[in-house]
Amino acid sequence: MNFLKRQTIQAQQNSRSSALSRRTFLQAVSAGGGLLLGSGFLIGSASVAAADKSIAAASTTAADAPVFNAFLKITPDSKVTMIVKHLDMGQGVSTGLTSLVAEELDASWEQMQWEFAPADNHRYNNLFWGPTQGTGGSSSIANSWMQLREAGAAARAMLVAAAAAEWKVPAEEIRVSNGIISHGTRSSNFGAFAAKASLLPVPQKPAVKDPKDFQLIGKTIPRKDSNEKTSGKAIYTQDIQLPGMLTALVAYPPQVFGKVKKVNAAKAKASPGVVAVVEFPRGVAVVAENFWAAKKARELLKIEWDLSACETRSSDELFKACHDAASKTGISVKNAGDAIAALAKAKQVIEAKYELPYVTHAAIEPINCVVKVEKNSCELWFACQMPTIDQQQVAAATGIKPEHVKINTLYAGGSFGRRACPSDYVVDAANIAKQIPGRAVKMLWTREDEILNARYRPMAVHHIRGAVSSRGKVVAWQHHAVAQAILRGTPFEGFIQGEVDGTVAEGIEDMHYTIPNLQVQATEIPIKVSTLWWRSVGHSGNAFVVETFIDQLAKAANKDPVVFRRKLLADTPRALGVLNLAAEKSAWGNSLPEGVARGIAVHKSFGTWVAQVAEVRVKDDGSFKVERVVCAVDCGVAVNPDVIRAQMEGGIGMGLSAALGEAITLKKGVVEQSNFHNYPLLRIDAMPKVEVHIVPSAEMPSGVGEPGLPPIAGAVANALFAATGKPLTKLPLGNKV
Amino acid sequence: MISLTINGKKRKLDMDPNTPLLWVLRDKLHMTGTKLGCGMALCGACTVHMNGSPVRSCSLPISAAEGAKIETIEGINSPAFQAVQQAWRELDVVQCGYCQSGQIMSATALLQTNKNPTDADIDTAMSGNLCRCATYHRIRGAIHQAADKLGGKA
Repeated sequence: MNFLKRQTIQAQQNSRSSALSRRTFLQAVSAGGGLLLGSGFLIGSASVAAADKSIAAASTTAADAPVFNAFLKITPDSKVTMIVKHLDMGQGVSTGLTSLVAEELDASWEQMQWEFAPADNHRYNNLFWGPTQGTGGSSSIANSWMQLREAGAAARAMLVAAAAAEWKVPAEEIRVSNGIISHGTRSSNFGAFAAKASLLPVPQKPAVKDPKDFQLIGKTIPRKDSNEKTSGKAIYTQDIQLPGMLTALVAYPPQVFGKVKKVNAAKAKASPGVVAVVEFPRGVAVVAENFWAAKKARELLKIEWDLSACETRSSDELFKACHDAASKTGISVKNAGDAIAALAKAKQVIEAKYELPYVTHAAIEPINCVVKVEKNSCELWFACQMPTIDQQQVAAATGIKPEHVKINTLYAGGSFGRRACPSDYVVDAANIAKQIPGRAVKMLWTREDEILNARYRPMAVHHIRGAVSSRGKVVAWQHHAVAQAILRGTPFEGFIQGEVDGTVAEGIEDMHYTIPNLQVQATEIPIKVSTLWWRSVGHSGNAFVVETFIDQLAKAANKDPVVFRRKLLADTPRALGVLNLAAEKSAWGNSLPEGVARGIAVHKSFGTWVAQVAEVRVKDDGSFKVERVVCAVDCGVAVNPDVIRAQMEGGIGMGLSAALGEAITLKKGVVEQSNFHNYPLLRIDAMPKVEVHIVPSAEMPSGVGEPGLPPIAGAVANALFAATGKPLTKLPLGNKV
Repeated sequence: MISLTINGKKRKLDMDPNTPLLWVLRDKLHMTGTKLGCGMALCGACTVHMNGSPVRSCSLPISAAEGAKIETIEGINSPAFQAVQQAWRELDVVQCGYCQSGQIMSATALLQTNKNPTDADIDTAMSGNLCRCATYHRIRGAIHQAADKLGGKA
């Protein structure tokens, strides 16, 4: 979702009216009132109230101001609770964000705990997104970096000031280390001063540490969520238990954009344990005392669907439509030099046509949401990825004021983008629950519901022509990317800048290679299938296209792929840095065992550079196995090296899964996949050994949740290209060459 | 009426005998550590032990568990489980964590029968457990570490 970031930054630079329209567009609302927190002293709570007032006075800047005072509370037992404004879906933000506060507070890691923030678009907004609270675009650490360090530093200064007053000594002489405040022979824990400190004014620009003094940042510290996630105690949406809670299963139309024509629910209603059968705009819900009762009753529903607005084409027809579009002129998104003229003059032109399929998120926790609607209020429990947008949409669906829609965020059992989706499952759950007021309703999707109602990474077609000089440089690159837009027709459509959705050609128009004649065109193709950002969004497929085409050009130039890239990356030191590190650590150039080949790919996404070298064993029968991946990453300051390694490992595994075997296909408009037997995910036996190397850096930290994914498909395909001499231009690759 | 033992406690269940064990655990007994992932025994998120062996509770009707001893993540406490859990924590295997109860139950079952598994043994024993976060690399490492810790005494 880097376009959100781009849009926000641009909006910040634009006029006041632009910022206001963005605000109106998002219909962002203030949760207002007090914080919905547990007991403990919220540091600087008086200032939070003051900030609320200034925002209520319609300031256009206050919403983007750091509200560091809303991020931690300290209880008399010296437990420090960090308020986490982002969703932890496995990427480790509960650990990472907490460590930023703990670092500047000089707390011990053991005394730190955390909880998810409530929905609040000016206190807990994503600073890259304006007044919107949400998680995505690998932005959690990056947008919070100074905000949370300052929050920790401010709280530390207030504790010190309270201790100085009590002990009657100068504040400058007080030391804080590992959760202990001390002066000479006197010492105290945080708890003893928490109450007094919380009443002091909040320093507006507290001094933060020199990075050389970091005790936690850059160190390997344990994750905060390991214990509960290894004992079955972590609570996900699926696990919520509330008094009188009911379970809802939905009969959705067999195709998205289908509608209910006629329902006969008599048998379902009579089924044991069924409380109600309710219709809502997207389907029919069976609400029952438990899952099994709901599931059995759902099978008894008789529904006629109106599918007149649904897609009717099959995947091969859709690819043909994409190729037809790609062979025509598209919308120019980048035009440097004159690629057409340079290609006309070239001795040899390399051409390639790519096909990338729809893929789906398939988090192991299927989509779910718990909602309880009362007369004038509503409460939700779920893994909420865009709290203030979901709050607004639930308000619209139920007629309840947004400030009376309370969201309790829980761990996500994976998301990969799926839970950041307006007008979708959360609204469905609210539409069901409002018909059974006063009862909590847990809407569950089965795996089949989830794959049917998935929002896929768009399918895409790319046509490329390129040429190299006799000295081994790329002289021209002409590229036409065709894909379905992600944002078109959604509440986020206003984020599309220019004529074409930026996700179609991201990672291509801004590729880091120096190419004098580069023409990139993009075309949106309308298909009646729901799409969404899938981990790393457009980069997920576009990196494969660019990196494999680079290897085709390298071969045409008779150059080694690493040597070839080095020349093209001479002006991009951080790209060169990861390229060289991955090459060095993989012993690029050294001989490999018989039957093993290497491939490399380098890609930047979300501000982070990643290079990966894949070692692939190809057997005589053409079957192959990825045995080892060496990964180099430059994400600026490495806040938590072990979490970075984990995210690279995970990105490689998920990217490899898609590269090898994932595809959603349509037959006459109907999705052909339904569960893991026909939508296979990577299993442990196909997982390579992974080595991750982090480039030391003092740059601002950038994200790691997504950037590990884009290079792997290209690295594997390039290894296979090296082994067979046959370029690969279609995903998934399958298990044979 | 179906009788079985769950985490050491005898239970008599007066329910539809086709009800999968998973929903007895989750909806009736409120033991939510065992998860739904696919409902077709394809992902392993619902793995529990039946008489010491790993089974997929989402597809196991309670009628097939008559008289059986069931152990879940909430109740299991064998030396192998303790070593696995500790190794999982030391290596910070988890990411989203949703599949990890099932992963841990499968890994425990492996170490209860194979004291010193090779990578290939691990891949075979664990290939029924999907992890979309792809923590597989660390799962392998953690199982080796747990095996070392047990020192062949599993």
